[in-house]
Amino acid sequence: MQNSSEHIFQLVGDIYRNKSRSVFATLIRLLKDFDLAEDAMHDAFKAALEQWGEKGVPSNPLAWLVSTGRFKAIDRIRRESKFDPLQKQQVGQMEADTIDPSNVVDRAIEDDVLRLIFTCCHPALSLDARTAMTMREVCNLTTEAIANAFLITPSTMAQRIVRAKAQIREAKIPFEVPPEHDLPDRLGAVLQVIYLVFNEGYYASSGESVTRVDLSSEAIRLGRLLHILLPDPEVTGLLGLMLLHESRRPARTSPTGDLILLEDQDRSRWNRDMIDEGLTLVERAFLSTPPGPYTLQAAIAALHAEATHPDATDWRQITGLYSLLLRINPSPIIELNRAIAMAMHKGPEAGLRQIDAILERGDLTSYHLAHSARAELCRKTGRTDQARVSWERALALAQQAPERRFIERKLSELGT
Amino acid sequence: MKYICLGYMNEEVWATLSESERNTFMDECFSYDKELRENGHFAGGEGLQEARNAATLKWQSGKVSVTDGPFVESKEQIGGIMILEATDLNHAIRLLSKHPSLRLGRGSSSWEIRPAVDLTAFMEESNRRRS
Repeated sequence: MQNSSEHIFQLVGDIYRNKSRSVFATLIRLLKDFDLAEDAMHDAFKAALEQWGEKGVPSNPLAWLVSTGRFKAIDRIRRESKFDPLQKQQVGQMEADTIDPSNVVDRAIEDDVLRLIFTCCHPALSLDARTAMTMREVCNLTTEAIANAFLITPSTMAQRIVRAKAQIREAKIPFEVPPEHDLPDRLGAVLQVIYLVFNEGYYASSGESVTRVDLSSEAIRLGRLLHILLPDPEVTGLLGLMLLHESRRPARTSPTGDLILLEDQDRSRWNRDMIDEGLTLVERAFLSTPPGPYTLQAAIAALHAEATHPDATDWRQITGLYSLLLRINPSPIIELNRAIAMAMHKGPEAGLRQIDAILERGDLTSYHLAHSARAELCRKTGRTDQARVSWERALALAQQAPERRFIERKLSELGT
Repeated sequence: MKYICLGYMNEEVWATLSESERNTFMDECFSYDKELRENGHFAGGEGLQEARNAATLKWQSGKVSVTDGPFVESKEQIGGIMILEATDLNHAIRLLSKHPSLRLGRGSSSWEIRPAVDLTAFMEESNRRRS
């Protein structure tokens, strides 16, 4: 029964689903080539299906798969070197390599997944290329699924992946976890990709097709994986941030697909489990000093999550957190958010002064949310005419249908 | 997933090859096809006779008209088709990048990869309409 073909099929399938990326990553380290490693990985799993039933399941299946994959790759290059003289050299070199993959331990394999993540997110690659590589090589999504999720054609996505791999090969981007002194920067590049994938899923316009991958849950899954491999406070912070945002998903759109603002959301529909997990993570991340940008954003999200009613929101603390964020990450968008928080804390006049200062400086003038925020504060201070001008400006700049409908509704509420 | 690969080649270049060059070319292609077949990637394929042996059908003034020759007259004509079984488009690209036929005529040949449409849903719908 133990070695029945059905049992083996299921076992190999389980290992493929849960651990094929680990085997793949280790093979990249050993073979120094993405494409070769992918073929070798598939060869190894095929061999497992063919051999484990008869010879028994090896005591360390992952080590067996890695070792078998490596031999299969050498075989493959030897066969293909008939077609390509350059590869003949490679075979000799690989056979001479003294690495004994049967010694690979599980911890080393985990490190290889981390190497894979850092290689796919190398700052020499464009953000688009990094994202594509991470989704395909780390998350194991097909080119077509990624293209579909990002609303571009599969051939454009395929080309991006081919070019990224060529760049890794030609620029000799090393397959490694960066040394300590590079880690903050390099980790930043990884977190940027994860957060981009999350936001792409979170803020994407409607009209998703059945085959569209849920990018937000993919990003959270990736965040969890990275958190296990590298529990840096900023990784903890980002995971917390994503969970706290995701917890609001059921409450942030109406059945007709319209946006519901944070203050108008039915908070009983927020996902409690995600909030609890997110809050625990934020607390842990905040223990490190000084807190990084993702941790600060997560702390802001946490303060919203903790308020059972919009009026109970601790706007004073939120304003303070935005000030800290602004210090490490000067950006007009963060300044805008701080202005909105300040309006809630000190009154609309104070917030309006800040927003006008940003706009007068020439920043965010083509950002519709800046005009929307200004319009709302003008309305609250009784400047109806100015409110209308700002809503109209926002409407001219807004792209997504739900946002346009929202602004149109606000305009009509102003009356004539 | 299935990918239909259309292999374009310049027939004039082919005509300039010596017999031994043609044999080497064939041997290499067949040998790689065997690789593909053994790894479960080859889901079918054929080599095509010269384009001058083609017949092209069209619907014209209420009836089928037949012309001799290919649909489009050009230097590059389809010389072979192959159906690849691959996990995704990048996998198909990788499999085909190694095909020796790509090196024929130093850049005068090319492979166009077209993902197959999954017609299952269309067929089921059509069956319902016809029943």
